[in-house]
Amino acid sequence: MDRGCIFDIKKYSINDGPGIRLTVFFKGCPLSCAWCHNPEGISPKVQKMYNAARCIGCGLCVEACPEGACALTAAGIVTDLARCTACGRCAEVCPTTATEMTGREVTVDEVLAVIDREQVIFDQSEGGVTVSGGEPLQQPRFLIALLDALGERGIHRAVDTTGLTSGEVLLEVARRTDLFLYDLKLVDPARHRRWTGVDNARILDNLHLLAASGAEIDIRIPLVAGVNDDEDNIARTAALVAGLAGRKKRVYLLPYHDIMTNKYLRLGSGYQGGGMGEPSKADLARVVARFAAAGLEAVIGG
Amino acid sequence: MFEQITSCSTVPERGPRSQGNFTAPATAVDGPGMNERIRRLRHLSVTTEPTISIERALHETAFYKENYGKYSIPVLRALTFLDHCRRKTIYIGDDELIVGERGPKPKAVPTFPELTCHSVEDFHVLNTREMQRYYTSAEDIDTYAREVIPYWQGRTQRERIFSHVPEAWRAAYEAGMFTEFMEQRAPGHTVLDGKIYRRGMLDLQREIEDNIARLDYLNDPLANDKAEEWKAMAISCQAVIVFAERHAELAEAMARQCGDERRAEELREIARVCRRVPANKPETFREAIQMYWFCHLGTITELNGWDAMNPGHFDQHLAPFYQRELAAGTLTREAAKELLCCFWIKVNNHPAPPKVGVTARESGTYNDFTNINIGGVKRDGSDGTSEVSYLMLEVVEELHILQPGSSVHVSARTPDRFLHSAINVIRQGHGYPSVFNPDTYIMEMVRQGKTLEDAREGGCSGCIEVGAFGKEAFLLTGYLNVPKVLEVTLNNGLDPLSGRQVGLASGDPRTFQGFEDLYEAFLAQLRHVIDQKIRVSNYIDRMFAKYAPAPFLSVVIDDCITRGRDYYDGGPRYNTSYIQCCGLGTVTDSLAAIKKHVFEDRRFTMEALLAALAKDFQGAEVMRQTIVNKTPFFGNDDDYADSIAVRVYDDLVAAIDGQPNIKGGKYHLNMLSTTCHIYFGKVLGASANGRLAGKSISDGTSPSHGADTNGPSEVIKSLGKLDQQKSGGTLLNQRFLPSLLKTDRDIAKLGKLIRSYFALGGHHIQFNIVDTATLLAAQESPDDYRDLLVRMAGYSDYFNDMNSDLQREVIERTENDAF
Repeated sequence: MDRGCIFDIKKYSINDGPGIRLTVFFKGCPLSCAWCHNPEGISPKVQKMYNAARCIGCGLCVEACPEGACALTAAGIVTDLARCTACGRCAEVCPTTATEMTGREVTVDEVLAVIDREQVIFDQSEGGVTVSGGEPLQQPRFLIALLDALGERGIHRAVDTTGLTSGEVLLEVARRTDLFLYDLKLVDPARHRRWTGVDNARILDNLHLLAASGAEIDIRIPLVAGVNDDEDNIARTAALVAGLAGRKKRVYLLPYHDIMTNKYLRLGSGYQGGGMGEPSKADLARVVARFAAAGLEAVIGG
Repeated sequence: MFEQITSCSTVPERGPRSQGNFTAPATAVDGPGMNERIRRLRHLSVTTEPTISIERALHETAFYKENYGKYSIPVLRALTFLDHCRRKTIYIGDDELIVGERGPKPKAVPTFPELTCHSVEDFHVLNTREMQRYYTSAEDIDTYAREVIPYWQGRTQRERIFSHVPEAWRAAYEAGMFTEFMEQRAPGHTVLDGKIYRRGMLDLQREIEDNIARLDYLNDPLANDKAEEWKAMAISCQAVIVFAERHAELAEAMARQCGDERRAEELREIARVCRRVPANKPETFREAIQMYWFCHLGTITELNGWDAMNPGHFDQHLAPFYQRELAAGTLTREAAKELLCCFWIKVNNHPAPPKVGVTARESGTYNDFTNINIGGVKRDGSDGTSEVSYLMLEVVEELHILQPGSSVHVSARTPDRFLHSAINVIRQGHGYPSVFNPDTYIMEMVRQGKTLEDAREGGCSGCIEVGAFGKEAFLLTGYLNVPKVLEVTLNNGLDPLSGRQVGLASGDPRTFQGFEDLYEAFLAQLRHVIDQKIRVSNYIDRMFAKYAPAPFLSVVIDDCITRGRDYYDGGPRYNTSYIQCCGLGTVTDSLAAIKKHVFEDRRFTMEALLAALAKDFQGAEVMRQTIVNKTPFFGNDDDYADSIAVRVYDDLVAAIDGQPNIKGGKYHLNMLSTTCHIYFGKVLGASANGRLAGKSISDGTSPSHGADTNGPSEVIKSLGKLDQQKSGGTLLNQRFLPSLLKTDRDIAKLGKLIRSYFALGGHHIQFNIVDTATLLAAQESPDDYRDLLVRMAGYSDYFNDMNSDLQREVIERTENDAF
């Protein structure tokens, strides 16, 4: 039985493909984008999340921890990550959900059991399942098994990907995917490395490969002021997308915002928002116009 | 003595953008409206302070003093009504096209001392309380004290009722286990079908007189009773004709003195319309609206029935007039819309009559729950939407006033275009229209024994309760506080708040061996209280049939004329009594918590739980947090909790459904709470679902506040597990952040969510678009708002989980609509 690690299953997902969708978030991502909105999706491991605002200081987790890794301090619970094995006992006993585990090992059948309950909503809305993350293609066996099972059920399948994987895996996944939501951040390799920590050569190659294979692709661009909303990047992105094989691609712009910053705190890490900003209305309009000039429809929002 | 009454008189959560009567109108601006006339009329309606008019009470008291005993009760009632129609002050305001007020001017509310007589103290409280004030002048209060109060002492319907109730009933009632509707107002919730657009009062009078002429006094033992009822009906037809003609006379007089020829012509047209309807059937769109309005006023002047009066499928009734006139070129779309606006404002001019025995703390609502049904299906099952439906949605959106409420009815054959237009109005955040599923409620009514056609012609009356329009008395008898029943069970029959015995001694829960023991005790308690309630409701029904018949209402509801019986005495084709069960979410979550933590996981004992409840969880925060965060709650598509909800619901159906009432009909349940869940929460200690003492219980069949943490699709699946066709209505309130409704695509998807719920058999859903005030409230009491999911492209998080800076940012974005 194939097992995978996911960190969330969201219902009434209306920004991740056609109709009303259920989105499965895979844990683990090879990129580390500076603006990441789902930081709990980066590590492939189960992690502990702690929200001090919810903590009532009952100390049950301190008692429960088999490793003695939790300590109650004036600032709340402090976890010694060197000793923590992420066994999850602390989260089990926590009465308030101040401590929660993010990430869990699941089988395909376990995910399907959740998905099957949504059938009426998929039917009514012509929706389906979107696999997101993290980077779902990091767990290809699990992903393929899940997509195959969805295919047998006739459920629409969308895969939201960074595109950073091998061409073979990508094409294998493409055979059982109805729609890709393909993320494009920056065209310039150096800037891409700077903001996401990885090179984009394979991402761009894979995009061409995928388009040439005849796959349905929507392009998604997280638009971050000061990072990728400049004329140069937008013009190059528009040219790239316009030159892709297959039907004309639709572009979705996801404007940056910093509402997710406290998720970083809960993971015990800080957030460096410097240099990143929310695009203004005028900037959004300019970007939309730039895509339009390249013959592409750009829509704001997922 | 009986001071704690709340009933269907508080408003469902309604967005503050619905200006109505809640907020002070913007200064120096007339507010919205399609043209100057509508802006002025709306402004007047919204800014006029509600007042009490003692005119009706004076007329009635004088008439009763003079005539009581000279006539049969039905004839006395009809003559009283006729006398008032002859003498009451007639009002025609500047700008008006549709005319008629129940009182002497807009927002002037009469009293009904024959049912409940306000005391001098009541008037003082109404004058000075903070919310929902009704003003009465000192002079009027003096007059009332002199002329009205002495006569009615000991004679009111309310005193008749309370002098006869059993002690056990009184104890349960005072503990807040249930409410009783009929001690404040008469049975109401009446809705009309299309009859009055086909037959005028003269036609109906003729039918009544024919019936009298054909009476068989030798063989029909009820002949004399029928004769009296028919005489009364004929007199009441006359009364509304007189009422209309007096408007015609006034309009003609005003026209003669009017310097403005354009207005003079309008006044002459008013006079012409008022001479035509209601005496004759209407021929034009405008006459049809005025016809309904006179019938509306007739029923709410004759007696004070619950939930005012309701035109039913008004768009369907008006559509033929609209289409005919548009084709003939005698009406434009614009003119039709203006007339509808005039009508809408007329309804808003009529606040609900205030209750008696009010305390300064208690506030009711001005809303009298006239609810315009838009869309739906026709008698033959075909789609009922028309251009008039869209016109009405425009009116609702543009006027956004408190009354009338509106609902859209979306069957499988209703076009998406209509649904999307309705959602566009919903997203403005006025709290309406609510959305109903005819495919379910038609089956509810067919199951109750209505014909398919009569059921299709039905819909909702005021809140979520359904009936066969124009043919049914579907009376709400009162709310049942189901979580209170569980509280009394956990206290072996005692009300822990007062220490009084208010229920069965069903056993000490500390001796219960398992969950089934507890559930059986709860069920026994439930059956006991329902039987108590029904016994008194039946008695009250008889009192209304005997002492407060409503002959005019009987004229417009079939088959009262045919049967020669009053609306309150089994005259209608269908006679249904409802008990409204409140707090399904609270009771389900409480039972789930006890089952899981006490009986299964044994995290804590029954003893410890009862002690924590008695102390409102003080010193037991770990227990409370464990319950709140680690219990499967209703509304998350979790079978652990949902199966308990289904079980409680099925047992409520079993205990209530099918019990006979005294009018040949049956009792059924519906799951309405309006805002009685607030009152019921006030009389309830801490509950086992972690809810603190005094806080609201869950409303309708909605999940407990904040318990549904997995989004709206999971809520509808949980609700879809209830066999809703066995009720006479369920209620689902859903909170939505505006960020979920930004684009047309979002609207289409919400439409699909609604369609999904209705495919699962849902009866009703209503959306409260979250505004700044709600988010501020969520910061204050996070437990009640755990469901508030903030969603932005590519990201979502619970509002509660954000720190205060980010919460502030979300609030600003909500304010600026900048998601």
